[in-house]
Amino acid sequence: MKKVEAIIRTSKFEDVVEALAEQGITFLSFYDVKGHGLEKEYQTYRGATYDVGYIPRTKLEIIVTDEFTDKAISTILSVAKTGKVGDGKIFVTHVDEVYRIRNGAEGKDALN
Amino acid sequence: MEAVFTTHNLWMMIATILVFIMHLGFASLETGLTQSKNTVNILFKNATILPIGLLTYAFWGFNIMYPGDDFAGSFFGFAGFGLSMPEGANTGGYNEAYTYWTDFLFQAMFAATAATIVSGAVAERIKLNSFLVFTIIYVGFCYPIVGMWKWGGGFLDALETPFYDFAGSTIVHSVGGWAALAGVMLLGARHGKYHNGKIRPIPGHSMPFATVGVFLLWFGWYGFNGGSVLSADPGLVSLVFVTTTLAAAAGAIGALITALIVVKSNDLTMVLNGILGGLVGITAGADQMGVTDAIIIGLVAGALVVLAVVFFDRMRLDDPVGAISVHLVCGVWGTLAVGLFGELASGAQIVSQLVGILSVGVFCFAVSLLIFYVLKATLGIRVTEEEEIEGLDIGEHKMRAYPDINNKAEEVYS
Repeated sequence: MKKVEAIIRTSKFEDVVEALAEQGITFLSFYDVKGHGLEKEYQTYRGATYDVGYIPRTKLEIIVTDEFTDKAISTILSVAKTGKVGDGKIFVTHVDEVYRIRNGAEGKDALN
Repeated sequence: MEAVFTTHNLWMMIATILVFIMHLGFASLETGLTQSKNTVNILFKNATILPIGLLTYAFWGFNIMYPGDDFAGSFFGFAGFGLSMPEGANTGGYNEAYTYWTDFLFQAMFAATAATIVSGAVAERIKLNSFLVFTIIYVGFCYPIVGMWKWGGGFLDALETPFYDFAGSTIVHSVGGWAALAGVMLLGARHGKYHNGKIRPIPGHSMPFATVGVFLLWFGWYGFNGGSVLSADPGLVSLVFVTTTLAAAAGAIGALITALIVVKSNDLTMVLNGILGGLVGITAGADQMGVTDAIIIGLVAGALVVLAVVFFDRMRLDDPVGAISVHLVCGVWGTLAVGLFGELASGAQIVSQLVGILSVGVFCFAVSLLIFYVLKATLGIRVTEEEEIEGLDIGEHKMRAYPDINNKAEEVYS
């Protein structure tokens, strides 16, 4: 099992979640994050333009069985892409154990 | 006759209530244009300034501002402590249009305005106790002394061409504005406002609150200006309503256009300040202007507000809500405009207006500078840097404005 973490544009969030669902991936967590990167976020207030100091993005956390890992990655790569700086990143790590709290199911069974 | 007296007096009491609601307008505006961590502090100041203003005005302020004919043409007068109802004051013997009590309360509602203006400019960094001491002295003495110069029959009213200030562009708004300028100069900018020689804005936390505040102020201004007719005279009150409304509208558009040209953005806070600038601008001559005059005064005031906000920011005079730009700059402009437009326009009037602006300016600026300076040397006027970063709500009040929101540092939506 893998954990796929993706930092994506907030504007692409709904498209990505929809596309993942089409691939059969319906279990995920997400949250708003602030970060630093190549880009800068400028706003104006009372006549002064300023760098707000962070870029707002949405982060997805998806735990999938190995067979779904490539689907998850390729879906995010294609749907979240605009081609401009700031599209985000994907990190994939190995997950040792998964349990379902309701019935104590383990591993693959806990995910399906 | 009695019915007419009742009508006049009733309008004056309604106007009093309208001026009262302006204090909620100030509270909302100042809340919206400052950070959420200083909200309790802002509200606390607004909730105590009005009571302080009302009580000091009852104890001695009213009798300093309106000491009676014995002090006509002078710089200072005093008619004794407390309030006492003169003979026949309930039936038109005191004034044809209002009772003694109405007169007191209408004027008392004005008094606290001067300190409320200061509250916004010095927000997010001033020590609460020092500010309250300042308020007692400034509203208790400075405001009624200056008010007496004109409205109490003092020397500005006795000039050959009397200084004219219908509802207080100078007597109320500049009085607050000069103190705001003095306070901001001695306090210094908020932590983080200027970084590596650049302006780093500190956005207010609630644009809806700021907008509600400005509309409440506009609403209340119908009493502020409309009540300053000092009777329910149908022609004058309705004229004042029209000039007040058009100046506010023109102020908004003047600020909108200027902000688009100068700072190239559709900045809501600038339009809000523009509305207030237009209102402050028309206040000195609301009963003397025609439709075109009122619109020109408002447009110029709206433009001035935007330019002044940018100018004061560059001068490192950090005014979170734009009080100096709105009340001082537009107060001076509106007072001067009485000599340029409308019924009273003349060279002699311009001179008188300048005499009024300067004498009030020198007195108020010097006195408030002195009060703040003495406070700085004794109680201290600025909170510590740690307290400022943590927020004055916790530092000065040990409470938060939004306890259940602030405690969730990271809100997770899933």
